[in-house]
Amino acid sequence: MSNVSIEKDVEVASEAQPKWGVFPRELEDEAIYIIREVAAQFERPALLFSGGKDSITLVRLAQKAFYPGKIPFPLVHIDTGHNFPETVEFRDWLANEVGADLIVRYVQDSINQGKVKEETGKYASRNALQTVTLLDTIEEFKFDACIGGARRDEEKARAKERIFSVRDDFGQWDAKRQRPELFDMLNGRISIGENVRVFPISNWTELDVWNYIKEEKMAIPSIYYSHKRQVIERDGMLWADSEYLNKDADEIPFEATVRFRTVGDMTCTAAVSSEAVELDDIIGEILAAEISERGARIDDKRSEAAMEKRKQQGYF
Amino acid sequence: MDILRIATAGSVDDGKSTLIGRLLYETKSITKDKIEALEAASKRKGLDFLDLSLLTDGLIAEREQGITIDVAHIYFSTPKRKYIIADTPGHFEYTRNMVTGASNTKVSMILIDARNGVLEQTYRHFFIASTLRIPKVVVCVNKMDLVGYSEERFNEIKASVEELASKVSFEGQEITFIPMSSLYGQNLSTKSDEMPWYKGLPLLEELEQFHPETAVGASHSARFPVQFVVRPKTEEFHDYRGYAGKIASGEFAVGDTVTVLPTGQSTKIATIEKFGQKLETAGPKESVVITLETDVDVSRGNMLVKSDDQPAQLKEINAKVCWLDSQALTSGRNYILQHGINDSKAKVVSLNKKYDVVNHDVIADFSELKLNEIAEVTIKTAKPIFADKYEDNPSNGAFILIDEFSHSTVGVGFVL
Repeated sequence: MSNVSIEKDVEVASEAQPKWGVFPRELEDEAIYIIREVAAQFERPALLFSGGKDSITLVRLAQKAFYPGKIPFPLVHIDTGHNFPETVEFRDWLANEVGADLIVRYVQDSINQGKVKEETGKYASRNALQTVTLLDTIEEFKFDACIGGARRDEEKARAKERIFSVRDDFGQWDAKRQRPELFDMLNGRISIGENVRVFPISNWTELDVWNYIKEEKMAIPSIYYSHKRQVIERDGMLWADSEYLNKDADEIPFEATVRFRTVGDMTCTAAVSSEAVELDDIIGEILAAEISERGARIDDKRSEAAMEKRKQQGYF
Repeated sequence: MDILRIATAGSVDDGKSTLIGRLLYETKSITKDKIEALEAASKRKGLDFLDLSLLTDGLIAEREQGITIDVAHIYFSTPKRKYIIADTPGHFEYTRNMVTGASNTKVSMILIDARNGVLEQTYRHFFIASTLRIPKVVVCVNKMDLVGYSEERFNEIKASVEELASKVSFEGQEITFIPMSSLYGQNLSTKSDEMPWYKGLPLLEELEQFHPETAVGASHSARFPVQFVVRPKTEEFHDYRGYAGKIASGEFAVGDTVTVLPTGQSTKIATIEKFGQKLETAGPKESVVITLETDVDVSRGNMLVKSDDQPAQLKEINAKVCWLDSQALTSGRNYILQHGINDSKAKVVSLNKKYDVVNHDVIADFSELKLNEIAEVTIKTAKPIFADKYEDNPSNGAFILIDEFSHSTVGVGFVL
């Protein structure tokens, strides 16, 4: 691989740890059960892969669910063109590593086809645009179920989301028409044109994900660890400088030691100052953090109902 | 690290969201940016205090109406365990959500406004907690600050709740009463200084010392519904046939003699595996792959059970059903019955008796079961269902009913 260090060897600390440093294994059993239900109940499922830690966790869970068989569905990435190069590189490496099919579709193509219009101004982002590309991809491959890494603790509209979330022809989420989910029984029956978004790690918190990554000794993209990077400061947050970021004249890039806590587009994910070079450091930071994970997602800050509104449009 | 799943229920305005918000706040489970967002939102609403209910009411409609509409899942951790709260709306129309939210939980927290005491709702909550056989109920007598932290008022409410509960609670169900003020953090994570007369534990400690695995209701009958057949057909695993699933209840060990339902063929467990790792035994809720010693016919929807402890194979089921859909259940209609991961066409053949949760009565003569109503019915299935009685083994005794046309989940049943 290039100069990007993707794999980090993780030493699991041997001394006795307080319980909040331990991953609750019940969550893994639950997620594997859900992923197996997807393979059994649907004809053309797919796993939506972003290269972020949550979807990397999903890939790991899918691998475990079907072992010694292979993952019986493709990984699908909607590439906005504004992804961190480290993430894209990691995506290709991981798909190859687990022997899964990888399907990539580009937001740029949707823009070229005139289906969506690039946002303008200094807050321009392709985050909302990717919904159109996603819906087109679902239609192209006739996917009836898409597994995603959303968690209920991320955001308050997501706290109301089901594990099997039925979407209509337009991919829309209707909070009032959600099916009740009782015990662990998952009802994936749908009508023609409908599809289901599936969230196997609904009940995980950010800390659970990190503890899992640590216990499983999983590889993650290098940008989650502390590194030096050119950034600008805007609205009290550090933004990665890139050709995609529209800057004001007085926004002068400078070098800082940062890491990313959540990985979305370069234009809508803020970095945090960090010296965390090991997973233990990251976990320590999360425990001490005063800002929630999605607090670094600029796309959520547009309004109090930003997430719910995007979900109604077909966002996952 | 274990997980305790809790359901909260209450009526409109009894301070449930505030209580949960306060729990998050006191266990340091909400971050600074969320508190800041809360301050801003509270200010916009013209409030001079932190409206913690805004933390849980995630939908636009909920914030507009100031009520909780849908089940929300909320997470917090203590150094001891992880907690998942299913926050269910207390509005009387939403029994459906209460049953749904409580279905996975081991503790039911019922809120009562100390000023109002027992309401029609309170009985409904107990009825649902008992129908679901939730082993522990914590009755939070909230807003004690508004009744002068009166011990007499608390005892009065406790007595009337106990009388109600005695009509529906089952043997072994633990019921605990805690006087509290969620607004002022009295008896949440720390003992109240306003109510020295209360000798019990504050809420959080009460939850911390509860162990569901030793509570009433855990079954030892081993049940393994087969979800998926793993056949890699690779060079290395050419003849490999593994049965993937999550153990519903009980424990399986390598060498156990098991019977495959419905075929009745018996064989022994060769291996129990997790991602290639070989285990000697596996217990409830574990997702594993089981391989068998002999080549028997097993497919999705079948169930492996220990040969000396088998469930009934039912084609006619008596069950308590709670209706979840606006289109009523009528006798003679076809549905799909899903039990665990197994399903069958099903027909409701008789409506036996309906529970009137308002007048604490039963109604023998009725023609349909409407949204939020609960009744005992008889259902015939096309294929056998391998269910235990819900009271013997809750993990293998419930099913859902699905509408054949809308594909919606329209009812939930508990095998009698």
